[in-house]
Amino acid sequence: MALAEQKTDLAEARLAAISIPQAGAWLSEARNAAAARLRRMGLPVGRDEYWRYTRPDTLTSVAPVAAAVFDAQDEVPIFAEIETLHIVFVDGVFDAEESDDLTGENLEVARLAEAGQADIHWAQQLFGQLEAAAHTHVDRPLAALNTAIAPDGMLIRVTGPVTKPVHITYRHRDEHSDACLHHVIRLEAGSSLTLLENGPAAARFNKVMEVEIADRAAFHHIRAQGRDHERRAATHIFARLGTESRFKSFTLTANGVMTRNECVIDLQGDNAAAHVAGAALGDGDFHHDDTVFVTHDALNCESRQVFKKVLRNGATGVFQGKILVKEGAQKTDGYQISQSLLLDDDSVFLAKPELEIYADDVACSHGSTTGAIDETALYYLRSRGIPRIEAQDMLVLSFLAEAIDEIEDPDISAEIILRLQGWLARHRH
Amino acid sequence: MAALDEITAKDGVEEETVEAVKSLAGAYKYGWETDIEMEYAPKGVNPDIVRLISAKNEEPEWMTEWRLSAFERWQQMREPDWAMVNYPEIDFQDQYYYARPKSMQEKPKSLDEVDPKLLETYTKLGIPLKEQALLAGVEAPEGERRVAVDAVFDSVSVGTTFQAELKKAGVIFCSISEAIREHPELVRKYLGSVVPVSDNFYATLNSAVFSDGSFVYVPPGVRCPMELSTYFRINAENTGQFERTLIIADKGSYVSYLEGCTAPQRDTAQLHAAVVEIIIEEDAEVKYSTVQNWYPGDENGKGGIYNFVTKRADCRGDRAKVMWTQVETGSAVTWKYPSCILRGDDTQGEFYSIAIANNHQQADTGTKMIHLGKNAKSRIVSKGISAGRAQNTYRGLVSMHPRASNGRNYTQCDSLLIGDKCGAHTVPYIEVKNNSSRVEHEATTSKVDDDQLFYCRQRGMDEEEAVALVVNGFCKEVLQALPMEFAMEAQQLVAISLEGSVG
Repeated sequence: MALAEQKTDLAEARLAAISIPQAGAWLSEARNAAAARLRRMGLPVGRDEYWRYTRPDTLTSVAPVAAAVFDAQDEVPIFAEIETLHIVFVDGVFDAEESDDLTGENLEVARLAEAGQADIHWAQQLFGQLEAAAHTHVDRPLAALNTAIAPDGMLIRVTGPVTKPVHITYRHRDEHSDACLHHVIRLEAGSSLTLLENGPAAARFNKVMEVEIADRAAFHHIRAQGRDHERRAATHIFARLGTESRFKSFTLTANGVMTRNECVIDLQGDNAAAHVAGAALGDGDFHHDDTVFVTHDALNCESRQVFKKVLRNGATGVFQGKILVKEGAQKTDGYQISQSLLLDDDSVFLAKPELEIYADDVACSHGSTTGAIDETALYYLRSRGIPRIEAQDMLVLSFLAEAIDEIEDPDISAEIILRLQGWLARHRH
Repeated sequence: MAALDEITAKDGVEEETVEAVKSLAGAYKYGWETDIEMEYAPKGVNPDIVRLISAKNEEPEWMTEWRLSAFERWQQMREPDWAMVNYPEIDFQDQYYYARPKSMQEKPKSLDEVDPKLLETYTKLGIPLKEQALLAGVEAPEGERRVAVDAVFDSVSVGTTFQAELKKAGVIFCSISEAIREHPELVRKYLGSVVPVSDNFYATLNSAVFSDGSFVYVPPGVRCPMELSTYFRINAENTGQFERTLIIADKGSYVSYLEGCTAPQRDTAQLHAAVVEIIIEEDAEVKYSTVQNWYPGDENGKGGIYNFVTKRADCRGDRAKVMWTQVETGSAVTWKYPSCILRGDDTQGEFYSIAIANNHQQADTGTKMIHLGKNAKSRIVSKGISAGRAQNTYRGLVSMHPRASNGRNYTQCDSLLIGDKCGAHTVPYIEVKNNSSRVEHEATTSKVDDDQLFYCRQRGMDEEEAVALVVNGFCKEVLQALPMEFAMEAQQLVAISLEGSVG
C-alpha cells in the first residue's frame, strides 16, 4: 500500500541519516529493538488520523528547518530564584561546566551517554519499555525514533523524598541544531521529586521522558517551553503509576512554530492520581498540539486533563485527549477540559476530546469550549475604571487559572504567572 | 432477555430506568416473516445487476449511466474501518441486490390492487395503508393526525397513500422510482447534490444499486397538510435493502417526515445501506424523525441488520431549518451520522438522538454540523445507553468555517452504562476557525446548568431533587422533539433517567 510505504520510507531515510553511537549491551539492544519498531510503524504522515490536525513533515524530515537563535539576555531566566540541582544541555549536548554536580540526597543521577556504556544498569528495565508499551491504540513512531537514536539524556533514580527540584535547562545556540534526548526517571516507593524543565532546546527537538512512579511516590513536573523562538518540538511523556502514587505535570508553551506534546499515562495501581495540564499562548505562526492518552487500569483512580489555549493572529491550537477506562477499572474519576480563547478572527482551535469506557461505575466527563473574550465581562471591568488592555489581561489570566492551579508550589506558579504577564505585555498588537 | 436479567444495576441507576431498557430490549416484536412469492435478481453485484435494477424500474438512460459510473467508483473504494464496530467481513457478492414480491411485477394502480398479503403485513406492523378518513369524506376525529405512508417492501415501494390529497396541495410524494419516471427534471437536479456519488463506500454502493425509496417535493410557501412517512420492511433472506430518499423543501415550505423500519428474525446478518438527501431552500423547514428498529440479532449476537446509512441535509437558503430526531434501538451494527450543512445565513440545524444498544449490538452514531453561513445555530443532544455486551459510540463533528461568523453550537452527549460488560464511547471533533462563533461541548451530568440549579434550590429543593428536575426536563425536551406518531415508542424511553451516567 502506498501510504504504508511512504511511512516506512520516511523512517528508513531518518535512520540512514544518523549514526547511532556505540553503547554497551543493554542500550544497544534497546536501540535496535526501537529501530525495528520504527521500521514496522513508519513515521507519521498527514493522512494518519492521529496527525489529522498537525502536519508532521517538519518533525519527520531528515534535516530540520533552521530556527533563528534569540538573545538569551532578552529573557529573564526562569526558575532562577529557586534552589535546584541544575543540569544544562546546549543544542541537545550536555554542558558539564554549566551543570551542577550530579549528586543529591536520595538521588542517583547519570547521563545516558555514560551509563549506556556499561553492560548493565538499573535503567535498562525501563529505557524504551514504557515507550514500547504505548503503541497499543495508536502508533507513536516519533517516540520509537527517539529511543533508537537519542545519544544522551538523564537517568534519574529517586530513593526517598527529594526537597531540591532537579532543573533541566535546554539552551539553543545553533540555528540548525537537531536535538534528541531521552530521560528515564524512576521513583522508588514512597519517594518524591519535582522536575523543572525550560528552554527552546534546539531548532528541532525530539524528547522522550519515561517515568515510573512506584507505590505512594509522587512526581511533579513543570516545564516552560521557551519563548519567542522559532523552534519545533515533538515531546513524549510516558508515565506508569503504582498504587496511591501521584503524577502532576504542567506545561507552559509561549510561542514556538511547532509543538506536539504527547503525554501517555497508565494508571496501574489502585487509588493513584494523574493530573496533566497545559497553558499555551500563541501569536502568529504558531501551531501547538496537546495529545493526551490516559488509561485507567485500576480501581478508584483519578485523572484530570486541563488544557487552555490563548490564540491570536492566525495561531492554531490542537487538543486530542482520550480517557480509556478498561473493564474492571471501577470507581474511576476522569475529567478532561479543553478550552481556547480566540483573540481575533484568524485563529483556529481544533479538538478531539475522546472517551472510551468499559466500566459502569465511573464518573467521566469532558468539556470543550471555544470563543472570544466575553464582552460583558470586559464591559463590567471597564465600567469599574479598568483600562481595556488591563481588563483583557485579567480575563486572559483568569481563563488560564484552572490550568495554572495544577502547580502545587506557589513559588513556581508565581514564576509561570510572571511569564504569562510578560507574554501578554509583548503581544498586545 | 437472559443476558440483561443477570446484570444487577449499580447504585444510583433507578429501577425504572432498568425496567424501561429491559422492556425495550424485550423479545423483538417484528421478527416474523411474510410468506410471499418473491422474484430475485441473481446473487452478487456487477454492471449487469446495476443495469437490471435500472431496467426493472424502467429508468431513462441518464439514470442507468449515473448508476454505472457510481458502480465503477465503488469498485475502487475500500470499506471504512474507523468506526468502533466489529463484524465479520461482508461478502458483497453473496447476497441479493434486488427482490420484489411476484405480485408487484405489474405495478398496482391503486392500493386496492395491492396483494392483500402485503397489506396484511403492514397492518400487522401497525402501519395504516388505508385512507379511510379521506374516503369516507369526513374529517379525522380531533386529535388524530393523518399520515401519508410510502411502504417499501424489500426492493420495491408497495404503495403510497394520500397521494391525491397531497397533489391538491402541490406536494409530490411518491416512490423514488416513480419520481425518476415522472419528475426527471427534479430528480436530475437534486439527486447526488447533497450526498455526492462517491461520498463514502456505502453511499456509492447505494448510488449504484438503490432499488426504491421515497421522493418528496414541497413547493414554495406550502405547509405540507399532513405528515409524510416511509416504512421500510426487509422480508427476503440474504437480501440487502438499498433505499434512497430525496426530500426537497422549496422556499418557505414545511414538511415533517417520519421513518420506521423492521425486519424478520434470522440467523444470518443482512445488509441495509440507505442514503437520505434533504434540500432545504430559503425559509423552509424540514423535520426528519426516525425510529430505527431493525432486527438487532439474538442475545448471542447471531443475525441482525448491518445498518450503514448516510443521511444529510443541506440548508441552502437563508433561514432554512432542519431537525433530525432519531431513536435507535435496532440493528446489530449501526453506522449512521445524520448531518447538517448550514450553508445559508441564519440557518439552524438540530440533532436529537437516543441510541440504545443491548446484548451484542454495536452502534456508532452521531452527527456533523458544518457551519458555512453566518449566524447559523446548531444543537446536538445525544443520549447513549448501553447494556449487555453492547458498544455504543457517539461520533460527531462541529465545524465553524472562517467565514461562518457568529455561529453557535451547543453539544451535549451523555451515556449510561447498565452492566459492566458493555462500553460507551465519545469521539467528538471540534474545528473552530473564527472567533465570533461560540462552540460548547459538554458531556457530563454533573454539569447541569448552575443557574437552573440555583433557581431550584432557592425554592427549597435539595440538590439531588434539583438535579433530577433539571435533567428530567432536559430529557423530556429531546423526546418532545419526536412527532406524535412516535409518542408510543418514545414514552417507554421517558422513564429513563440519567443518573449514574457518564459523559
